[in-house]
Amino acid sequence: MPALAQRPGVAVTLPGPADFPAWRQAARGLVAADIRPEQAEWVVAGELPGLLAQAPAPPPSAAPFSVPRAFLDQAEIAIRHSDPERFALLYGLLWRLVHGERHLMQAATDPAVIRLSTLAKAVRRDAHKMHAFVRFREVQAEDGPRHIAWFEPDHHIEEAEAEFFLRRFASLRWSIVTPRRSVAWDGRALSFGPGGRRADVPPDDAMEPLWRAYYASIFNPARLKPGAMRAEMPRKYWRNLPEAAEIPRLMAEAPRRVAEMVERAAAAPNPRPQKPRHLQAFPRDAGHLSAPPHVARDMPTPIDAPSDPALALAALREELLSRPDLPEFAARATQPVFGEGPLGASLMFVGEQPGDEEDIAGRPFVGPAGRLLDRALAQAGVERRDAYLTNAVKHFKFTPTGKRRIHQSPDAGDITYYRPFLAREVAAVAPQLVVSLGASALAALTGKKLPVLKTRGQVVTGLTGHPVFVTVHPSYLLRLPDPQAQADGFVAFVADLRAAHQSAGAALA
Amino acid sequence: MELLRKLEILADAAKYDASCASSGTTKRNSLKGGLGSTEGSGICHAYAPDGRCISLLKLLLTNACVFDCAYCINRASSNTQRARFTVEEVVQLTLGFYRRNTIEGLFLSSGIIRSPDYTMEQVVRVARVLRLEHGFRGYIHLKTIPDASPELLAEAGLYADRLSINMELPTIAGLESLAPEKDFRRIRHAMAGLRTRIEVAQDEARTARRASPKKFAPAGQSTQMIVGADGADDGAILGTATDLYAGYRMRRVYYSAYSPIPDASRLLPPTAPPLVREHRLYQADWLLRFYGFSREEVMAGGQGGMLDLELDPKTAWALQSRANFPVDLNTAPREALLRVPGLGAKTVDRLIAARRHTRLRAADLARLRVSLAKVLPFVVLADHVPRGLDGAGLRSRLLPATAFAAAARPVQMTLF
Repeated sequence: MPALAQRPGVAVTLPGPADFPAWRQAARGLVAADIRPEQAEWVVAGELPGLLAQAPAPPPSAAPFSVPRAFLDQAEIAIRHSDPERFALLYGLLWRLVHGERHLMQAATDPAVIRLSTLAKAVRRDAHKMHAFVRFREVQAEDGPRHIAWFEPDHHIEEAEAEFFLRRFASLRWSIVTPRRSVAWDGRALSFGPGGRRADVPPDDAMEPLWRAYYASIFNPARLKPGAMRAEMPRKYWRNLPEAAEIPRLMAEAPRRVAEMVERAAAAPNPRPQKPRHLQAFPRDAGHLSAPPHVARDMPTPIDAPSDPALALAALREELLSRPDLPEFAARATQPVFGEGPLGASLMFVGEQPGDEEDIAGRPFVGPAGRLLDRALAQAGVERRDAYLTNAVKHFKFTPTGKRRIHQSPDAGDITYYRPFLAREVAAVAPQLVVSLGASALAALTGKKLPVLKTRGQVVTGLTGHPVFVTVHPSYLLRLPDPQAQADGFVAFVADLRAAHQSAGAALA
Repeated sequence: MELLRKLEILADAAKYDASCASSGTTKRNSLKGGLGSTEGSGICHAYAPDGRCISLLKLLLTNACVFDCAYCINRASSNTQRARFTVEEVVQLTLGFYRRNTIEGLFLSSGIIRSPDYTMEQVVRVARVLRLEHGFRGYIHLKTIPDASPELLAEAGLYADRLSINMELPTIAGLESLAPEKDFRRIRHAMAGLRTRIEVAQDEARTARRASPKKFAPAGQSTQMIVGADGADDGAILGTATDLYAGYRMRRVYYSAYSPIPDASRLLPPTAPPLVREHRLYQADWLLRFYGFSREEVMAGGQGGMLDLELDPKTAWALQSRANFPVDLNTAPREALLRVPGLGAKTVDRLIAARRHTRLRAADLARLRVSLAKVLPFVVLADHVPRGLDGAGLRSRLLPATAFAAAARPVQMTLF
């Protein structure tokens, strides 16, 4: 071995088993001294000395070099692994990173990179299991309670994970004893000491019977899946988990308990059931979303000509809530969205259908298109609260895509279905002018397929005999591709609204 | 009644709620006082022999209930023994277990007693005492009663990390027949109300001018549906689930296979669905949310509105959509890789990183611990071209030869 003869091996002694800063400094020195991975031996102080003659580590390098963040992040965790080869693995990777393989960390299928990620993953899992399975026992000391736990981690994670327990239990005084290390928090500072024995920790605690009872009761014997339990809570942890003592009994009894349930199946109802003495079926709260609208339940719903318009609208609402023949999509909406505004308003705006936000709020024109309409109305000098706003279709029709409900245009059948409702709404409101926003509203109001862009600005006669002013739907403006077209479209829309406003005013005069 | 017995009754009564998640909330710690912490990801402090995670202390405040939902052990006409905790008892159990590091926090629900507002007020009071009197920083999940007043809901959201309202049955018909007091529409109204409040609080947090904007359920809302108690098929269940995710921004929809309960109602089917049906629904749910599948695609892998019980839904879909395969792992886009059976999102990302530097081979997949038997029939690699992709025998080759697959077949419940 001529190479080794020329350059004798170097043994590096690290002060602790998971001391990343010390490893990093030593490794930096080795790279600077051009020590190849196979020449370096890593020893932890106090553990067995290596085979190589103890040689002083080279001095820290003057010329720093950089390595990818991805390596440091994984290495800092992997160094806590109990595998004695971990230091050499890290140094081997470091060597390759600074000798022409800068992108090594992205080579996800390289055996050494996989090994690094395997070690880091094992350490993270060990830490996670420590967070989960440490069980404190409470003992009363003269100066108040203390919480003491015995835990057996697989890797050198005690110091790193002490912070977790500090963040969680800073107001308690606690200690965790492991075979290699002990950690204590006295309310002011963390301290670390040598390992201990299980006997150092009290064997029982006043609350353990309650905890074991909870564990046994939350278990469902009809769903026995011991494999799934052991995958996440391997047997090696059981001896330190008080509740695990219940497992054999629970598993043994499960079949009999299920058999009993099946046998008793379809029991007779309790002759003395719980009584709904005080239960109010419907909270009468106007502002409450889940409250049904204020409509007398058994009010007659005269289809033809209710004399009072307010009663007619209320009847309409009630009918929409309870009709058995609603289109299928209506059942998927949160609620029907009714019109809103004063009866006898001179302007009545009719849009297409409620959108996502309207469906949630139960009010028309509160989504993006509604906000645009609000701005346009303000510019046109129309007070929204003086107008009546509604939609041709009263339920939100949508397609779900992941986290959004995408608006689906109503088809001719949907428009036809809701047309009588709209007609009755127009009749009850009795506006001077109906403003039709977009193609669906126009089709609903006139029964004809008129081209909106060619008829916009005109007044046509609706099926109810009311004059219908034609313009675009505000969502059309939102869909225009470029900002200039949107700005121009908005100006034209405001002009339409102003014209409609004047026309309604003239009709009133 | 002594505390231990109450705990047994009211934990037993709570166990049919599948949710035990303690994740997704704001980061908190007790370095400046109080007790507890939350750090983003949840922690399962134990697992029961049913394989379920125990993260939260899951309790009912009381199992007395005036509702008569057929699937529920606590229904008004059930013969089960009733018990009721005091507010202080739940608070002390939560704190005591938390200090011993056995739980992440509390999941509190309740049977409906007296009135929805009375019940909700008791539930909220537990959370209020934990937060305000004991500085509890752990996780709190409160079950919300759809008919409770808006003031109580607002206060619940102030203390709780997560709120939930259970849909329980995926169809209106199912709800009407098995849960006569529940109302599909009112449940949706209440979910819509929660979404509005959660979004307002999120907007406020983003544009906060105050140091601590008012919180409302930072871990969002979730819901649960029971599988197999009514006639709804998997397509209907996933349809309702996708509507709930999209409409009310659910963080999670839980599926709970209807399991026999002591003292079951006569309205329930005698056959419990195989547990694997619930498992397949979760897998399908995952495909919908994270793998770019539509409900129609997922259901195409099954038959008659039901998912394939013997194969995972991605493999089942791939078998019905063989024209999309083979996928060349060295060149195909990420979306195509996500659709390969046996490749998870993490593995896909590692493969994409690795293929920038090397031509992927079968050995590379093996090193990433990918199931070769599952993946190789559908992919092209530098040293592999699949054979038999069009063959009729592919399905039987993909069937896992495990006990789990055997468990996929429905079993009529019989006496042992």
